[in-house]
Amino acid sequence: MYRYDEFDRQFVLERTAQFRDQAERRLSGELTEEEFRPLRLMNGLYLQLHAYMLRVAIPYGTLSSKQMHQLAYIADKWDRGYGHFTTRQNIQYNWIKLEDTADILQALADVEMHAIQTSGNCIRNVTTDHWAGAAADEIADPRPVGELLRQWSSLHPEFSFLPRKFKIAITGAPNDRAAVKVHDIGLRLHRNAKGQAGWEVMVGGGQGRTPMIAVTVREHLPENELVPYLEAIMRVYNLYGRRDNKYKARIKILVHEIGAEKFRSEVEAEYARHPHQTTEVEERELARIAKYFAPPRFEKLSRFVPQFEEAKLKDKDFGRWVKNNTAAHHVDGYTIVNISLKATGEIPGDATGEQMRVMADLAEHYSFDELRVSHAQNIVLPHVKLSDVHAVWLKLKAHNLAEANYGLVGDIIACPGMDYCSLATARSIPISQAISRKFADARKQEEIGAIKINISGCINACGHHHVGHIGILGLDKKGEEFFQITLGGSSSENASIGTILGPGFAGHEVPDAIEKIVDTYIKLRSPGEEFLSTYRRIGPQPFKEALYAAA
Amino acid sequence: MPLLKQNAFVADQWSHLADEDALPDSAAITVSLARLQKEWDTLAKHPGQFGVRLPNTVREAELAPFLPRLALVIVTFPAFNDGRSYSIARQLRLEGYQGEIRAAGNVLPDQLQFMRQVGIDSFDVSDRFPLDSWLKASRQMSLAYQRGLYRPVGEREVWSERHRGFDAWEEQPHAG
Repeated sequence: MYRYDEFDRQFVLERTAQFRDQAERRLSGELTEEEFRPLRLMNGLYLQLHAYMLRVAIPYGTLSSKQMHQLAYIADKWDRGYGHFTTRQNIQYNWIKLEDTADILQALADVEMHAIQTSGNCIRNVTTDHWAGAAADEIADPRPVGELLRQWSSLHPEFSFLPRKFKIAITGAPNDRAAVKVHDIGLRLHRNAKGQAGWEVMVGGGQGRTPMIAVTVREHLPENELVPYLEAIMRVYNLYGRRDNKYKARIKILVHEIGAEKFRSEVEAEYARHPHQTTEVEERELARIAKYFAPPRFEKLSRFVPQFEEAKLKDKDFGRWVKNNTAAHHVDGYTIVNISLKATGEIPGDATGEQMRVMADLAEHYSFDELRVSHAQNIVLPHVKLSDVHAVWLKLKAHNLAEANYGLVGDIIACPGMDYCSLATARSIPISQAISRKFADARKQEEIGAIKINISGCINACGHHHVGHIGILGLDKKGEEFFQITLGGSSSENASIGTILGPGFAGHEVPDAIEKIVDTYIKLRSPGEEFLSTYRRIGPQPFKEALYAAA
Repeated sequence: MPLLKQNAFVADQWSHLADEDALPDSAAITVSLARLQKEWDTLAKHPGQFGVRLPNTVREAELAPFLPRLALVIVTFPAFNDGRSYSIARQLRLEGYQGEIRAAGNVLPDQLQFMRQVGIDSFDVSDRFPLDSWLKASRQMSLAYQRGLYRPVGEREVWSERHRGFDAWEEQPHAG
């Protein structure tokens, strides 16, 4: 894992002091709320429905045990004993007082964390594959590039007042678990015909009210050119992105309006204008960072662990959890453990301080001190020995963290919705809870198989409903909530935007509607065919008939 | 509006001509970009210094033919959250422009450091804040990760410091 050196430490401390001063000037009245707003937003502080919300950056979703303990401490001391892990691999606290924020930022700085640029019209937290460094299908760990970009984008003087927020996602594996094609910039590591690794640079993906899949601007960019090339993209966007309409200000609209070809030529022209840029320092910096991400000292183990196999057979619940919640590790004898934060009837992504401490301790004892936050709002222990998995599971089970629904219908992604968010037009948490209760039967979930349900409480799409296999969007019609259902979205390497199925539903009708969709799929699927494949094969018509014909 | 330059409020030595104003004999003057383009032949003969006021909606490249003669470029911030002129200033410096770049419009103390870092060296500021607030807010960060920034003595670039032996990307003059 990356560790701060003296420079990183000083940078975050100075930033914390700067924010303390800004907050004091706001409290004294020297700064108006309008003037304070962009300053607090650049430190992750939002004003929500009931209180301030503080969003803490978890760069590329990686946490140490000590950091997770500190997040628990913050939840208990300054919030109401819990935190909410978000679809951008961050954590947010929903009940924060303005006068406490500088102290919280100091507590974060103590464990090499911050809230810089988790909000505002600037470059946000860089996200990546939550299995980075562990996945069996990976070409290389993308996190060194993530850290390079974190540093480069931190308080970038040129790009702190962009037309709109800006999100970068990176993946080092062919199976895209970071949704790079629906980000402002997506980076994908791959090998060219000569076997050299390089980065495909994709621009202009996004969700919100105008969902779009990113277009490729460069097929194969050498790693050392990433920083200057991204500067060229950012400069073109900063200069020519629309500022007349908040809803048309994201880079996807610029790419769409001037066309991919023209956008590409603008970027290449800007890039070529400054040919004297050397990249030796970036290369050296990347090499320095990469050392921190050297693989941990894995033991040489057998792929077959008798006591693990026996435990699976003896305890059916454990066996089911292993089947659903673990994934292939690139080292024999190890596995990736996915901890579902989606227990039946609970709020997706929420964890109590106590649960955070349990997961932190497990990471310390069983996973080389590392945890990950996934964009699906779950927690990952990336490197667990097969022989330890049962002990880990027992501990998780004792704290309501052993739900065996990873990747299944109960593993719902949902934004905070109208229960917290001032932008929301409908609630998403209760809808998610109702659906998860509907499908509480674990065997039924397994029978259904891999399926992604995403719920957003407004058109801004923080719950990524456009790329859910089943997407649910909460809207407001004359003071009444109603929910639109889309099918066929995907955020993977074969990304697609879901299609609206038909008229919306009242909140209490949604779980039944989802059940009808799922039943239709089960009826029509070929053996072994997953929901998305079935939908792509048969199209929306059978689902429409099931939902609307009878009514 | 006070003019902030090299850590002090100073008098503005420049006359800012409207498009219909007659050219004075020798004073330092600024004109709009439109007038610069239209009356270049006359302006080029102006014996005093001259500069241009640049809207943030035009391409900085339009200034290229005039750059060697310009001693001042005023970049504009119609709203404090309209950041186009940060890129315009950076481009001017990358193109090798060495004259003064001035920020005008809606400029806040907490933005001063970013503005200096992209090469802006004087600021038309509001008189709402005392000089102390401006100076304090403008030097709260002593470190920047990005390279090739303008910076006063005492401010450091992290990557260049970590990897000494490489010269900074392009050696930048220290700005005020």
